[in-house]
Amino acid sequence: MQQSDPHDQPAAEPADGSDDAYIRFEQVVKRYGDNVVLDHLDFRVAEGERVTLIGPSGSGKTTILRLLMTLEKANGGVIWVNGDSLSHMRRGGKLVPADEKHLRSVRSSIGMVFQQFNLFPNMTVRRNITEAPVHVLGVSQDEADQRAGELLELVGLAEKIDAHPTQLSGGQQQRVAIARALAMRPKVLLLDEVTSALDPELVAGVLDVLRNIATTTDITMLCVTHEMSFARDVSHRVLMFDQGRIVEEGPPAQIFSEPREERTRSFLQAVLED
Amino acid sequence: MSWDWDYALSALPILLQGLQLTVIATIGGYVLAIVLGLVVALVRRLAPRWAGTGVYWVMEFIRSTPLLVQLFVLYFGLPVFGIVLPPMVVGIIGLGLHYAAYTAEVYRSGIEAVPRGQWEAATALNLPTRRVWTGVVLPQAIPKVIPALGNYLISMFKDTPLLLAIGVVELLNSAYRHSARTFEDPFELMTMVGLLFLAVSIPSAIFIRHLERRYAAV
Repeated sequence: MQQSDPHDQPAAEPADGSDDAYIRFEQVVKRYGDNVVLDHLDFRVAEGERVTLIGPSGSGKTTILRLLMTLEKANGGVIWVNGDSLSHMRRGGKLVPADEKHLRSVRSSIGMVFQQFNLFPNMTVRRNITEAPVHVLGVSQDEADQRAGELLELVGLAEKIDAHPTQLSGGQQQRVAIARALAMRPKVLLLDEVTSALDPELVAGVLDVLRNIATTTDITMLCVTHEMSFARDVSHRVLMFDQGRIVEEGPPAQIFSEPREERTRSFLQAVLED
Repeated sequence: MSWDWDYALSALPILLQGLQLTVIATIGGYVLAIVLGLVVALVRRLAPRWAGTGVYWVMEFIRSTPLLVQLFVLYFGLPVFGIVLPPMVVGIIGLGLHYAAYTAEVYRSGIEAVPRGQWEAATALNLPTRRVWTGVVLPQAIPKVIPALGNYLISMFKDTPLLLAIGVVELLNSAYRHSARTFEDPFELMTMVGLLFLAVSIPSAIFIRHLERRYAAV
């Protein structure tokens, strides 16, 4: 896969043909003004892998998810999702800047759950979940309704199908948001601090749903969270971020029990004392 | 000078006819204003930059010049291009265009008030642009601006006497002409005109307060 890049991006070919990463960040830079949020970041996520991103706020974790969801654009480097670049596409053997159609195609394999739920308040729970399957995937309303019922069963809210989001607690709204994301059958689920906006007593319900999804599906998960026990339970790998770089990475048992880096130790200590 | 009840009441049928035209002009102009205002707001968001900027300056121009002047320009200008319309139609177009410049701003503020997270969720779900607007953004933006749009209905209603200038026999003009015909002092008639405006405005204002309460929670 030799590519010439006319747009002042770093050369964008995988190291070798045996690369099995589903998501790949190559030298990704993201700046807001003078503030460098991601500093030449490299990392890979394999298909089916569950990766948790931890680190102090402002360390760039959420930005990674937002870049993947195409809610932000990188200032440099290349992000690959299943072999497609988020910034460029092939046309006639050449790399050209990605257009909206290309982005839609890449996005179709990714779902995201937000810190603030972002349910559509003007729609019932049912329509929140069926809106995209019907209008994006072209599924019939009946089929979408049935699937919405199943997903609500999964998140324990089957009886709320005709409720409006404003009638639900934060935890219930977030569980609906998870069902809404799953309704699009994504290969990758991005979880952006999904329990941070919840009252403490509602956190467990949401995490239980996610644990269940993690253990019963092979969906790839990227999770930004401050819930360390959840991270320990569900993730294959934990990445510790600080100032836009990965400070340390490893399996949860190692990161949480025997962190090698001083920065990781001090961060975990601060979080666990909280 | 004394108040002449008989004279005032004898003019009532004529005044009610005028009121009828006032109401028709208001409704016609208002429908045009709320439809065109939405189109303008959407063009400014969705069309290429040059088109958006062009529309912006046209609207700015309309907001910065008096409605009366605009009515004259339409009334005397359209025939120059071979378009001859009845005064009432010109009046409705004039009111509609003028108020569209304001309702477009109202819609714009409503659209901007839709939280960024709603747009992001729509993007994350890959919703088509058209669906983002018709399913997510406008259903949230429009209820928020219904009270503001309603206030412009009352403003427009009170601006309809300007149509007198282009010969529409609306409420004020009907009173004016009647007094000229009868050589009577217009005091009673003008008072009646004021009262009739009040009779429509006040219930409308109460209705709009009701809408405000109803949509405040959305």
